[in-house]
Amino acid sequence: MSGAAARRRLAAAFGEAGVTALVAAALLGPLVGLHAASQATGLVIQTRWAVVAVSVALVFAGRLALIAVRERLSAPALAGGLAVAAGAVALPMPDRALTVIAVAGGLVVALHAAVSLLRGRKTPGAVGLARAGLRSASHRAVPWIGVAVVAAALVLPLAPFADRRLLDLATLVVTYIMLGWGLNIVVGLAGLLDLGYVAFYAVGAYSFALLAHNFGLGFWECLPAAGALAAMFGMVLGFPVLRLRGDYLAIVTLGFGEMIRIVLTNWVDVTKGPNGISGIPRPTLFGLPFTASPPEGTVAFHQFFDLPYTSMHRVTFLYYVVLGLALIANLFILRIRRLPIGRAWEALREDEIACRSLGINPTNVKLSAFSLGAMFGGFAGAVFAARQSFISPESFTFIESAIILAIVVLGGMGSQMGVVAAAVLLIGVPEWFRELQEYRMLAFGGAMVMIMVWRPGGLLAHREPTLRLHGRGDGA
Amino acid sequence: MEYFLQQLINGITLGAIYGLVAIGYTMVYGIIGMINFAHGEIYMIGAFIALISLLIIGPAGGAGVILALIVVLLVTMALTAVYGWTLERIAYRPLRGAPRLAALISAIGMSIFLQNFVQLSQGARVKSLQPVVTGGFKLMTGEHFTVTLSYMQVLIVVVTLVLMGTFWAMIRRTPLGRAQRACEQDRTMAALLGVDVDRTISLAFVIGAALAAVAGIMVTLYYGVIDFFIGFLAGIKAFTAAVLGGIGSIPGAMLGGLLIGLIESFWSGYFSIEYKDVAAFSILVLVLVFRPTGLLGTPEVEKV
Repeated sequence: MSGAAARRRLAAAFGEAGVTALVAAALLGPLVGLHAASQATGLVIQTRWAVVAVSVALVFAGRLALIAVRERLSAPALAGGLAVAAGAVALPMPDRALTVIAVAGGLVVALHAAVSLLRGRKTPGAVGLARAGLRSASHRAVPWIGVAVVAAALVLPLAPFADRRLLDLATLVVTYIMLGWGLNIVVGLAGLLDLGYVAFYAVGAYSFALLAHNFGLGFWECLPAAGALAAMFGMVLGFPVLRLRGDYLAIVTLGFGEMIRIVLTNWVDVTKGPNGISGIPRPTLFGLPFTASPPEGTVAFHQFFDLPYTSMHRVTFLYYVVLGLALIANLFILRIRRLPIGRAWEALREDEIACRSLGINPTNVKLSAFSLGAMFGGFAGAVFAARQSFISPESFTFIESAIILAIVVLGGMGSQMGVVAAAVLLIGVPEWFRELQEYRMLAFGGAMVMIMVWRPGGLLAHREPTLRLHGRGDGA
Repeated sequence: MEYFLQQLINGITLGAIYGLVAIGYTMVYGIIGMINFAHGEIYMIGAFIALISLLIIGPAGGAGVILALIVVLLVTMALTAVYGWTLERIAYRPLRGAPRLAALISAIGMSIFLQNFVQLSQGARVKSLQPVVTGGFKLMTGEHFTVTLSYMQVLIVVVTLVLMGTFWAMIRRTPLGRAQRACEQDRTMAALLGVDVDRTISLAFVIGAALAAVAGIMVTLYYGVIDFFIGFLAGIKAFTAAVLGGIGSIPGAMLGGLLIGLIESFWSGYFSIEYKDVAAFSILVLVLVFRPTGLLGTPEVEKV
């Protein structure tokens, strides 16, 4: 290539990166560079120009690297990405978040460059063969991975490093896995986007709490009731709205979710409003409570088995309860997918009009998916109430629905293992790194966008239509 | 009677704000057929940029107030429009051929991202601003109640009317507007006839964001209290307004905004203020179930 042409392309690349940097400056300047801080005298403007300058420089470098990859100059992009990541660690940054962003961004760019470098070396046929081999190997491995994960989950409390914090966290993760599986029926299998799933979670939690509070019932009596009530709610809410098209349905379910929260907050006579309900009973083992000093006439777990009392018993037991429920849910979903009703869900997701022509009643099929999903939400809600022993409307906001949806979507809609992986990634990891808590939701939102852009099917999407009427990238 | 009149005035003011946000929903829906879930966040960002630029310009007296407000209006509209443009570029354009749900999920992700971005950069606490425009007309004095029409309310309604008039003329009379309408009817055909579809879609986002920014400025000036969470509810209500008026129809969005504003104002005036959000959601559900095309919309025929 001649020198002049190379220079022109270089100038074009710098121009493109410059425009991106300019846009970044316009975006970040007013909201990051200027901060309206509340002080005793009112609002005062504080400036953080250093953060903006570094961010804009990072955006410029990132765009340049992406252009380099596009122009088949992967090696410099790889070096640049690694250099930025290393530089971010070595140099002092005006903000800790910037270090994280620079390191992550640098590594992503480096990875991208490395992948395209490898792809460029090998002939396409070899890559395709290697990929196909990898894919079939991973498909064969999936059942074994499932068995291994279940086994690991079963022995987790016996592990030497399993302390109270870890088990508590594991209980939370399994609760979310169960919620994810419940929502997976609705979103992944039946293809109905439900943005108000938290409503059923709330119904389950509140029906357990209220039954326990008003009638003195225990966890095991309330669990079926919580599931049944949530399923009934799903039925009642679903009936009028399931005729609606996908995105309208999403907004209406969001409205329902918010309405339930508002009612829970304001119907103080029954739900005690924002103060919430406390003193929710813990589950018992065939009537043996896990308390240090049981009430008159009952024998506690540790007395019955003649063990010294520790609160670990209770935490471990709750973990096994949740795990058992989740495994039952999993088995149920795996089996029901093979029944006509399960097949009808997936058929409906792919093409509603074709289903109607074949004599499937879409409303009934959708309603069954909606209420079954709601039922699992109700079970998870009851477990949540038992774990916290206290619930308030604060726990059931839209963001909770969005988190559960993110688990389903990131895992790959319709994939059971994907939900497990995503729940561990999204709930377990951030809870463990409490310091990064404030950036959690930011990363969440960003990850949702990026996964949709790069892999619209989710991380572990295993179902691709075998035949397409229109090619990819067609249709609205 | 006086109370009724006061609620009417408040409702119209609120409705003007909802109408401005609703136009953004309806325009984007008209062209690419998807709900721009992050539009409420764009409105919230507009409110924050307005707050910051008001603080920078600082207190001005007399004629200075009007000049300052015009500067704030232009700066905020421009900067928020950049957000609208970037949003489309990052979260929607790569997904244009993807299934509907993928685009909607990406939009939800963007909404969460922007909300937390503002929370982290500007703090989670509620920001309150000293009123900039004060005073008003006393319209009617009853036995217990004085009906007032504040200058701020006049300003909101006048600015909204002017903007909607300009916008309407732009859609009807200019080549830009013609391209918008062409893409709304048939994107492929418009592309074949030489309309730059990508640019037209970007422009719909930019205009929608600029109008939402105006709504954000108005809210900052009118209530004087904003936080990072205001976009969520306002977005849903404006979306309800767009659906009520018939999504895809621009006069429908204005009408819907006005109706939602009035309903909310009368509901909190005569029933209960706690359940005013429930009122908006119930209307949304009722409209979608019984008249999905809204008041001024045209029915959508799904072809196989």
